[in-house]
This record gives sequence, C-alpha cells and structure tokens, in this order.
Amino acid sequence: MLNFEQIKDLVELVADRRLGKLTIERSGFRLEIEGSAAARPVAEAAPVAHVPVAHVAEAEASPAAAAPAEEAPAAAAEAAAEDDLPAGAHVMNSPIVGTFYRSPSPDAAPFVEIGDQVDQGEVVCIVEAMKLMNEIEADVGGSILRIFPQNGQPVEFGERLFAIKPR
Amino acid sequence: MFKKILIANRGEIALRIIQACRELGIATVAVHSTADNDSLHVTYADEDICIGPPSSVDSYLNVSSVIAAAEITGAEAIHPGYGFLAENAHFAEVLTECNLAWIGPRPETIRAMGDKANARRVAVEAGVPVLPGSTEPLSDGDAVRRLADEIGYPVILKAAAGGGGRGMRIVHEASEIESQFLTASREATIAFGDGSIYLEKYLVEPRHVEFQIFGDRDGNVVHLGERECSLQRRHQKLLEESPSVALDQDLRDRMGQAAIDLAKAVRYENAGTVEFLLDSDGSFYFMEMNTRIQVEHPVTEMVMGVDLVKEQFLVATGERVSFASGLKPRGHVIECRINAEDPEKFTPSPGRLTTLHLPGGPGVRVDTHAYQEYMIPPYYDSMVAKLITRGKDRSEAIARALRALDFFIVEGIKTTIPLHKRILRDEAFCRGEFSTRFMEDFLKQSQG
Repeated sequence: MLNFEQIKDLVELVADRRLGKLTIERSGFRLEIEGSAAARPVAEAAPVAHVPVAHVAEAEASPAAAAPAEEAPAAAAEAAAEDDLPAGAHVMNSPIVGTFYRSPSPDAAPFVEIGDQVDQGEVVCIVEAMKLMNEIEADVGGSILRIFPQNGQPVEFGERLFAIKPR
Repeated sequence: MFKKILIANRGEIALRIIQACRELGIATVAVHSTADNDSLHVTYADEDICIGPPSSVDSYLNVSSVIAAAEITGAEAIHPGYGFLAENAHFAEVLTECNLAWIGPRPETIRAMGDKANARRVAVEAGVPVLPGSTEPLSDGDAVRRLADEIGYPVILKAAAGGGGRGMRIVHEASEIESQFLTASREATIAFGDGSIYLEKYLVEPRHVEFQIFGDRDGNVVHLGERECSLQRRHQKLLEESPSVALDQDLRDRMGQAAIDLAKAVRYENAGTVEFLLDSDGSFYFMEMNTRIQVEHPVTEMVMGVDLVKEQFLVATGERVSFASGLKPRGHVIECRINAEDPEKFTPSPGRLTTLHLPGGPGVRVDTHAYQEYMIPPYYDSMVAKLITRGKDRSEAIARALRALDFFIVEGIKTTIPLHKRILRDEAFCRGEFSTRFMEDFLKQSQG
C-alpha cells in the first residue's frame, strides 16, 4: 500500500513525463494512473485544468483522485500544443502579461514568420504592458513551427507564444 | 458606477470584493499567479488573467503586470484589497496616469499616513493625542532624565536606529534612568553603530482599539465605532471584537471624534482605520492609520449592519458617504482568524484540505476562499478563513463562536481553531480583562 505522498509523486510523474498510463500492482492493491496523453481528445484544448486521472482500487487511496494541479493550465496548453506538433517541438510561453505584437511597429515587417530560423536570444515578438514594449527573445534556437496568438491579442503570463523546432 | 473593475488581490478579500461587485452589477476581473489557478476568486470572477509565477514580487506585487491586465480586459478601476499593493502610493498614482480609477484614498493621503513620523506630526497638528516622548533622537543622559521626569514613569528607551528589541529598555523609576540609558545606548552602538535613543511613555497594559472611518470627496468623514484588537501574537491580530468592553459612550465619542479629526486633516476619502493605544486609565494615543479596507472589516459590518466594501465603490464614484456617525452597535460581534498554522508552535501548515465543513446557523458569517480539496499554497499568508459571530450581547457572541468552531471541520492541515476555542473559554477573556499582553501570558501558561 502506498501512502498519499507516494501516490501524489506518482501522479506528478505521470503528468510531468506525459505518460499514457502507469499501473502498479501489489498484493491486495492496484493503482492505475491514466495520463493526459491517453485520455485527451485531439486539437486545441479548452482552457481547463487537465490533470491525470487516477483510478484507485482501494478506498483509502482516494485522495489521489484529485491530483495536484498547480501548474495545470500552462501544462495543459503545452500538452495540447504538442498533440499536433512534431516530437521534440519546444513551446515558448509568455514571460509576462500584456498585448502581443509580431512587429516592432504597426507598419514594420513581423520579427519572424513560420519557417524562419531564429537564434536563442533573438527578438521574436513584443509584449506590451503599461505602454512599455517588452522585447521577447527566443529561449531556444531553431525554426518557428507555429505562432499561437494573433497580432494585437492579449496574452496571459505563461500563455504559449511560439512552437520552435530546436536545432 | 463602474462597469468592470479589476481586483489586485487573492484569497478571501478578493472573493469579498467579487461579492460586493455582484450586488452592484459590476463585472470583475481576477488576476492570479500560477499558484492560484484553482483559487475561488479565479472561479467566481467574470474574467481572469494569469499575471505571473507564484512569487508575489513577480505577480500580485508587480505593478506593470497588474495594470497590463486591467488594460487588456478594459477594466475601469482597481480595488487593491488589503496587503500587496493596497498601501502603495506609487501604484495609486500610476493608475491615475493610466486612466484607471483607484478604489481607496488619494495617493497623497496614503503617502502622508504611511510615513510614521509624518503621521505623528499630522496627529499633533490635528489635536489628536500621541504617546508623549522625544521627537528627536537623544544622546545625552541629562536630556533623557529631564524628559522622563516630565513624562512620568514608566518610560521606554528605544534605539533610534533600531528594531527587533535590541537597545530597548523599560525604566520604572527615576533612580534607574541614567544607568539604563547608558546600557541602552551602549547596546545600540554595538548593534547599529549609533547610540542615540528615543524615549517614550511606556504603557504597561494597553489595549489596541481602532476606529473605522469613512470619508468622501465632499469632505464628509464619519466613524463607525471601534474594534477591539488587543488579542495579538507578534503584532498579528488573532481575534477582534466590537464593541470594546473598555469603552463607555463618552470615551467612544471622544476617540471617534479624534479619528474623524485626523482623517479630516488629510482630507481622507474612502475606508480607513485609525489605530489607538488605550491605557488602563482611559487615556488614548494615536498609533497609526491604515489607508485601506482591513482584514477585520466584517466585525464593523456585522455590528453596524453596513456593507463597507460596497460603500467603497459608491464613494469612489463620487457619491456621498451614506452612513451617519455614531451608529448604534447591534449586539456584539467577535471575529476569529483561522490560520493554516500549528495552534501551538504557529508554524505554517500549507497543504490540501481533505475535509472542509463550514459552520452556519444564527449569527454566523464565514469569509473564506477555501473549499474541500483546495490546496493552500505555501507562497502567501496563512489565513484560510474568518469566522464572525454576532450575538445580542458579548456572552452570546462568545457562545456562538464556540459552537461554530465546534462545527468548523478542517482536515488535512493544522489550523488555529483549537487555539480560538481555548481563548474563548479563558476566564479573563470572558470577563473582558485583557490587554495587548494577553496572548503572551496565555501562551506561556498553556505551555507551562
């Protein structure tokens, strides 16, 4: 029999590694944790906290059913993004809340387009907060696979901005 | 009235503000850190914006992120709650520049009252009593003796550069003053490199009694009676009540008038609190002013039958304050702050609430953001709920608080519920005989 903390750790492991399913069987005890990769539908995820669901054979272990969801929306967004993204694609999230701009000024060309090669540290967009144009740099070098927000759209902290295929 | 406002806070006060907005028909925007994704203020607000990581500095205290959230959601005003940015004059000023309204006093007022020395000057000029003492640091034994003789003993010596109790000396008799001054001064020199000392009248068993005030743009200021907040541990209030057993109507009127005089001196707008120390002989002294809604505001709401948070919105849009001064309290109200803490060691106890059952019944109000399976994050303050009970008199309020605490079930974390039950059964507490020293003695006794 595992204690609550151990089960919690396992649930987190399944979430972190995005495992499909984890089953542990001991005498009189069976724990099955189904991960988001197995349960989730395809395409864009609704902004709900998507957490692994634990099926537990013993009543005492039921607290695990409500899995920790501290970083869930961001994790869910990432997981969703990766569904139809090639393996190894890196999702870059917004480091601040504000308004997303693809170009340095309304009549200028966008910083990047899909397919462009960027270096780590290269400015890829602007997030404006309080009239301050915060230049956001690529956190990895590679090619831009996808640009998630529309130009001029508000973004939250941790919201996905780009998918990048690292070099 | 505003159509949409942003709440720059979390926890129970964010929920309290949402409640007021629902009643007023104002749409709400919640901001939150990633640690509060599953928090109730996010669930109940009409819109929610994640503004940063768990650390308060990067989320709830981050001025530009909070304002950016207001801008992208089209909120017209910001309510700061208490704590975080509530008494940040700079933040209040920046809002004005960004064409956002501020639900609170003017930035100049926040600044004037936030500086303790300045607040004391304002009080003196307004004729509000302050603790007698030196206005300048003293470094000469003779000057110390002369001032102490003038004020009367006991007095307290405090290192001018100090804090944390070092260089503090309580002097009970004139014969001790010079030797104690030398010791305090030497300690201060060693600790802070500065031996100069402040001297102040020392109150042996003072009470902490504060007055709720409310001002409007037209210059009207009213008081809504007192809150007795003497039960504190390390300057953290644990239990508050109103009315205070230590006040008769004459003293209440005089203290209330002093609070109004002070507020008028700074043309105070919106909700505020004037804190006094009340000596056992009935003398009272201005301590400080809190330029925000307070944690314990429900005590006043319950005992006076008013809604202070709704009034904040009305007054912020230029309406006259709707209360009259000197409302009569309806019975007696007690508030217990229930913290996620070990009730004996006071160590924080964050974690998941595996069971939560809230009490109800006549005269009971619970303000909380907690729910069953809620995970109390370790990053913020430990208060999980406020239990407020009202009775026709003090003994009924105590009885209701006790039975409500019995029905208040929290599992998964430790809380201060057992501590409150012991306080409410304490004989001296029930007789109303206590001062700000109460908790220290109470905890010593229960440990011994």
